[in-house]
Amino acid sequence: MKYVIAIINPHRLDEVKIELEKEEVHLMTVSEVLGCGRQKGVTEVYRGVKEVGNLLHKVKLEIAVNDEFLQRTIDAIIKGAREEKIGDGKIFILDLKDCVRIRTGERGTEAIG
Amino acid sequence: MIDKSDTAFMIIATALVMIMTPTLAFFYGGLVKKKNVLSILMQTMVILSVISIQWVLFGYSLAFGPDIKGIIGALNFAGLRGVETQPLPGQTIPHMLFMSFQMMFAIITPALIIGSFAERIKFSGFLIFILLWSTLVYDPMAHWVWAKGGWLAGLGALDFAGGTVIHITAGISALVMALMLGKRCSMHEGHSPHNLPISVLGAGFLWFGWFGFNSGSALGINDQAMYAFINTNTAAAAAAIMWMVLDWKLNKIPTVLGIITGLVAGLVAITPAAGFVSPLSSIAIGAMGSVFGFIFVTYVKKKFGYDDSLDVFGVHGIAGIVGALGTGIFADASIGGTDGLIYGNPRQLLIQMLSVLVAIGISAIGTYVIFKLVDLLTGLRVDKREEALGLDLSQHHEAGYTLID
Repeated sequence: MKYVIAIINPHRLDEVKIELEKEEVHLMTVSEVLGCGRQKGVTEVYRGVKEVGNLLHKVKLEIAVNDEFLQRTIDAIIKGAREEKIGDGKIFILDLKDCVRIRTGERGTEAIG
Repeated sequence: MIDKSDTAFMIIATALVMIMTPTLAFFYGGLVKKKNVLSILMQTMVILSVISIQWVLFGYSLAFGPDIKGIIGALNFAGLRGVETQPLPGQTIPHMLFMSFQMMFAIITPALIIGSFAERIKFSGFLIFILLWSTLVYDPMAHWVWAKGGWLAGLGALDFAGGTVIHITAGISALVMALMLGKRCSMHEGHSPHNLPISVLGAGFLWFGWFGFNSGSALGINDQAMYAFINTNTAAAAAAIMWMVLDWKLNKIPTVLGIITGLVAGLVAITPAAGFVSPLSSIAIGAMGSVFGFIFVTYVKKKFGYDDSLDVFGVHGIAGIVGALGTGIFADASIGGTDGLIYGNPRQLLIQMLSVLVAIGISAIGTYVIFKLVDLLTGLRVDKREEALGLDLSQHHEAGYTLID
């Protein structure tokens, strides 16, 4: 089991969702986050005062998958989010120790899907 | 002769119409994505400022200056020369106040259009577009319908508070802009409003301001002002209910966005008729405004696929046409103006049709030409990356909301 965390541009979220849907990955948690990478954020100006390096709005996806779904999930996220520009985002993959479905008490690979 | 109560009434009506433009900013602002909310507020504030100056310098004179062959006003009143505190012939309020009241109309009309090109317009191009549009489309149209000697006024076209001059011209220009500018990049992203409560606030205050808009068009505190007042309220109510019922029946659920869209359609539809029809007729006009608005917003837009972001064409253009024709049907000479179709004067409906066609013609051609010109000068559309980042950051380097303080 793996835990996939992807940071993407907000306007690519729908594309990514569509691609994930095609790969039959239906489960995800999405949150709005702020962040920056090499892009170094954006400059905002308020009454002439420049605020350099303000963090950019990003979207964070968290998806728990069984190992056989991992590559498909990664491919789908890349397909949906890639614009070949700075700021397209990153995918982090973590080992997932266990998973519990609260309703039934099922554990592990059963509980994910 | 100046009438002091008329003057007091009109100064308040003028202020009421002024507040409609910032109010419209909130109505529209809540409907866009949150990364574009400031661009909408900015555009309305800029229009409020720029057209105020344009009107004083030469706009008023083009629209209401001494008539030249029914087509345009001469520049005698440029810079408000000769616009004084004495009333114009046939009026009881200072000429200066009449000019100010008309100024607020000239301001809100281009502000209505911005809903159609929301979320993708380039600010510099927008600014030139608005100035040219007011000068080349609005000012002549206002002259034709409202000024002494204007050729449509001469034919007997009825337009109490601006169905043709304001809502049809804005609605048709909005459609042309949406078609020429093209769709927003993220069409399948869905267009859910980012803050419906501020849109409801905006719609509520539009309703409030519209009393000044319609009653004030009587230019005094008289019978027509009274009819306009109650007709405005009645039509908005009927239209709001009608839209909700259609929503409930056809989309299976009554929605907040539906009811506020409906009430605006009702206000638009009653605008040309406000001082010419009975309150019962205003129920019919308001409801019809909603029915046709609903058809265009829900079905026609989907079928033809134009991206009129905030439905300026569907609501203002279509309900404006319904109102202008409705005036020709329901007008009652005992209230004001001339009789319409149901009182035995079918000719009025033909005159109304002609004025609708003229409004469609001038705004479609005018907008097309101005678009082509401005597109050459500065361009009118932001690039894809700026659009994705949002107009607030890309055009103004500001953000409407923060996630963390």
